[in-house]
Amino acid sequence: MRIGALGKTYEDGQYITKQGESGQCMYIVQQGCVEVVVEGREGEVVLSRLEIGDVFGEMALFTGKPRSASVRAQGSARVLTVDKRGFLRRVHEDPSLAFHILQRMSERIQALDEEVVRLRSRQP
Amino acid sequence: MRLADGSCVGVIGGGPAGTLTSYFLLETAERVGLALDVDIYEPRDFSRPGPAGCNMCGGIVSESLVQLLAAEGINLPPSVVQRGIDSYVLHTDQRQIRMATPVEEMRIAALHRGSGPKGCPPGEIESFDGFLLDLAREKGAHVHACRVDEIAWDNGWPVIRADGMPGKRYDMIVGAVGVNSTGLKLFEGLGSGLRKPHTAKTLICEICLGREQVQEYLGNAMHVFLMDLPGLEFAALIPKGDYVTVCMLGVGIDQSLAERFMNSPDVRSCLPIEWDAKSSACRCLPRINVTGAKPCFADRVVLVGDCGVSRLYKDGIGAAYRTAKACAVTAIFRGVSKDDFRAHYWKTCRRLEWDNRLGKGLFLMSVFFRKLRFLRRAMLRMIENEQHAAPKHRAMSTVMWNTFTGSAPYRDIVLRSLMPDFVIPFSMECVRALLGVGNGGPTSRSAH
Repeated sequence: MRIGALGKTYEDGQYITKQGESGQCMYIVQQGCVEVVVEGREGEVVLSRLEIGDVFGEMALFTGKPRSASVRAQGSARVLTVDKRGFLRRVHEDPSLAFHILQRMSERIQALDEEVVRLRSRQP
Repeated sequence: MRLADGSCVGVIGGGPAGTLTSYFLLETAERVGLALDVDIYEPRDFSRPGPAGCNMCGGIVSESLVQLLAAEGINLPPSVVQRGIDSYVLHTDQRQIRMATPVEEMRIAALHRGSGPKGCPPGEIESFDGFLLDLAREKGAHVHACRVDEIAWDNGWPVIRADGMPGKRYDMIVGAVGVNSTGLKLFEGLGSGLRKPHTAKTLICEICLGREQVQEYLGNAMHVFLMDLPGLEFAALIPKGDYVTVCMLGVGIDQSLAERFMNSPDVRSCLPIEWDAKSSACRCLPRINVTGAKPCFADRVVLVGDCGVSRLYKDGIGAAYRTAKACAVTAIFRGVSKDDFRAHYWKTCRRLEWDNRLGKGLFLMSVFFRKLRFLRRAMLRMIENEQHAAPKHRAMSTVMWNTFTGSAPYRDIVLRSLMPDFVIPFSMECVRALLGVGNGGPTSRSAH
């Protein structure tokens, strides 16, 4: 790791956060890629692949519910943690801080909508 | 008085306060579908090493600011961050003690404001201020590499004259000139009652040790010194790539105090034995804001960052971010009149001002810790006892961590130090120290 690299480095396949854990922070990818996976009854489903600048783990911050998916490094990845308390407190003082996160969440919902449409159109 | 499509904003100063104000103005305007024309006036060339491209600062981006910037979509690249800091080492006359970040992660950034100290080869170090200026430029700001000659009024609109060119009329002018330039005089001359803040002198000195020796002697830890030197409030050694930045704050900073500090055994123990105090690469005595400018706004004119209101002794870049954001949000959503700034922008400044009052109290308290040996002993023992506890049970470590890093408001530090889990063990350790119980404890001289 370069001495100026911020965050924590995870090796290939190492889990950053696991499904079902309580969410006390969110994460921002600084380098490399991570994949979001959900453990279902029929095994593991890869939901998406996130890259530099992408945010994950923010849903648990706002809903207060356990993590809905696991995230693991795909190759070596560096990730920065953002603490829940400090972030929400600052959002309370300056709601515009949430704009960027909302934008990322909206983009993800849009991508999921497109995926749902694609899957439904395949069904007989 | 509101900004509309095509409104022009002039920002004087291209340090963090000026560039972040420009960045957030353009970003917020884009979100609400407003086209703004933002000009940044900055004569410095941040790609030049030494004083020509430097804004004179210790160069620490706090843990909380690293997270907030990342949440805003501004991720500091490793080419700009010269070293990620993962711990603090507190030096006292009795021992050294190391406090690691609560999460095992690099979340404090040590960086150079310019392209490195005097004598550093051009292009070797990427400037933090240059990085932010490029961000603002990418958002659409126009950067003018010239000094502003005059600010004047034209029928209620502020006008900037720069580089001998005809004046340009603006809908709003942002002053982000710091406290170490003559730029503040431009605003004082406007006749709007804007006044410069009160300042104190600091010393910033860069020492070139080379990457291997910086790693060997200081590691990834910022070294903080609790010394009983009159006039010295705070002193630290900040490791960066090939350099170590010495940062001294207080009311009596001068050359002789700097020599006494640098030649003290505690400081010498952090540097190679052959290091010569006269071999520092770059040295300056900049001023810092200790009491905010009042007022720091007028109709269509506002001061942000150090030349307005900042944080006492710590996290000046964090204060620049907060005031920049508050200024941009006020200007886009509320307006640019004096009343708009008073009703909305001033809230952020007032919060910083109140917090600084508590900070002053904390720094006054630190005098007792410097003077009274039993207090230092009790503090060190409490930190030592907490090392194996869960982060939420490390009361003294948290208070010290937040005091040194500038990550939390002074209010949080004061409140934390009034909690029973801080007061009771600390009182007990004070009694033990006064009675001399367990005074022969271990001394750690190899904290890094």
